[in-house]
Amino acid sequence: MWKIITEALPQLIVAGLKYTIPIAVISFIIGLALALVVALTRISTKRGAFNILRWIAGFYVWLFRSTPLLVQLFIVYFGLPYLIIPGLAPTGIKLDPYTAGIITFSLNTGAYCAETVRAALLSVPEGQWEAAYAIGMNRSLVLRRIIIPQALRTALPPLSNSFIGLVKDTSLAASITIVEMFEVSQQIAAANYQPLLMYSLVALIYAVFCTVLSWLQKWLENKSSAYLQTTQGGAHS
Amino acid sequence: MISVENLTKSFGDNVVLDHISTAFPAEETTVILGPSGSGKSTFLRSLNLLERPESGVLHLEDLTIDYAQPISSKTTLAARQVTEMVFQSFNLFPHLTVLKNIIEGPVHVLKTPKADAEKEARELLQQVGLADKADSYPAQLSGGQAQRVAIARSLAMHPRYILLDEPTSALDPELELEVLKVLLKIHDENQSMIIVTHNMSFAKQVANKILFLEHGKMRYDGPTAGFFNSDDARIQAFLASMTFTL
Ligand SMILES: Nc1ncnc2c1ncn2[C@@H]1O[C@H](COP(=O)(O)OP(=O)(O)O)[C@@H](O)[C@H]1O
Ligand SMILES: [Mg+2]
Repeated sequence: MWKIITEALPQLIVAGLKYTIPIAVISFIIGLALALVVALTRISTKRGAFNILRWIAGFYVWLFRSTPLLVQLFIVYFGLPYLIIPGLAPTGIKLDPYTAGIITFSLNTGAYCAETVRAALLSVPEGQWEAAYAIGMNRSLVLRRIIIPQALRTALPPLSNSFIGLVKDTSLAASITIVEMFEVSQQIAAANYQPLLMYSLVALIYAVFCTVLSWLQKWLENKSSAYLQTTQGGAHS
Repeated sequence: MISVENLTKSFGDNVVLDHISTAFPAEETTVILGPSGSGKSTFLRSLNLLERPESGVLHLEDLTIDYAQPISSKTTLAARQVTEMVFQSFNLFPHLTVLKNIIEGPVHVLKTPKADAEKEARELLQQVGLADKADSYPAQLSGGQAQRVAIARSLAMHPRYILLDEPTSALDPELELEVLKVLLKIHDENQSMIIVTHNMSFAKQVANKILFLEHGKMRYDGPTAGFFNSDDARIQAFLASMTFTL
């Protein structure tokens, strides 16, 4: 049994470091940028064209949060080649699996993070807006200098949870032919007829990845909320 | 000088400011008094456009704002350069150190070079007795210290007027005293101020002029001595309610 494990382990870890983690990291960065734009659109109070933008942003969040991620992956990878747009895409939209995966994961995690970021933006007390306006800042400066920095600190724990969730969800990419860590474990299991051992092993590696990430999350949280510590060492609420 | 003509503001059918007209002389301290809910905060906030009355005219130095007309964001920003606001709940930026709280406006709004802004911020901290707190975060300060930082933050913008809305109402008496001392010092340096307060002895000492609001109406607009010696029954009743007598 040790021989099987020592043979499989390096292949799994390599697939994890080469595909699982990069796909998760890239998708999360894109998703987070998207989330910020969507959240800012949704909390804006501008009228006119912004009414439509707000509606689109709300529709996007609703759509991606109320359909399964696996189905979204299938639509983007297997479905879009059949979407024929005369002029733009006369032969359908064919994406390679990695592009399709990253697009779908970004859109999906972006929708969840948008709600997190929106709630965090709204949780910054009204007095912070007023104090910033009173020193003569315009809205975009208030957001950039005062509101967003505080909101991101508030949003850090739920955003970290979303990221850890995304790392595990990348295993779904196996279904659109991406050879990430879980797909590799399936291939090895098919070859050595040890599904219980192989799937347990891959589960363990996911657990190790996620544990390391949650340590990182703790460390980041402590670092980013240091400003809330009183001299007595207790945390202010 | 700041002056207003016929400021009127309602929340629903609750008339909070009812045709208020007055002037705030420069280099003097005007104190606004009145029972809770009489419209003092709404009035003060109308002077820096945090509140928008439905009608009335606001003169801020040579800037004129007609509240009945749409106000451009450019005008709003220009108007807010004339005044600075000190809030009852301090509203320091919790993610920035004391020093960064003070230089935030000068650096990012006035575009003062950072080194100059920091130098002045340290002088201001000295002035409010907090030179050693430059690198502390707001959560590490007492209420009295936080409010003194907020005062330094407002002074750093070189406003013509500082507006203070019950600056000591959230403080214990001994902390209140350290803030009032700082305000007295600023007053003695001829900084123009408009203060809402419930502290009558402070009002008596610092005010060059008293405004008394009741149900959104201006009941008194005149010199300090005249207010405290008024024979108006309403004013006497208000003063009696603010003084603890056995
Ligand atoms: N945002 C608001 N919405 C509705 N009513 C308000 C609002 N702000 C103040 N008011 C009302 O306006 C009146 C005056 O309030 P305020 O200016 O805060 O008085 P003061 O500062 O003298 O206590 C009160 O009746 C208060 O309930
Ligand atoms: Mg008030």
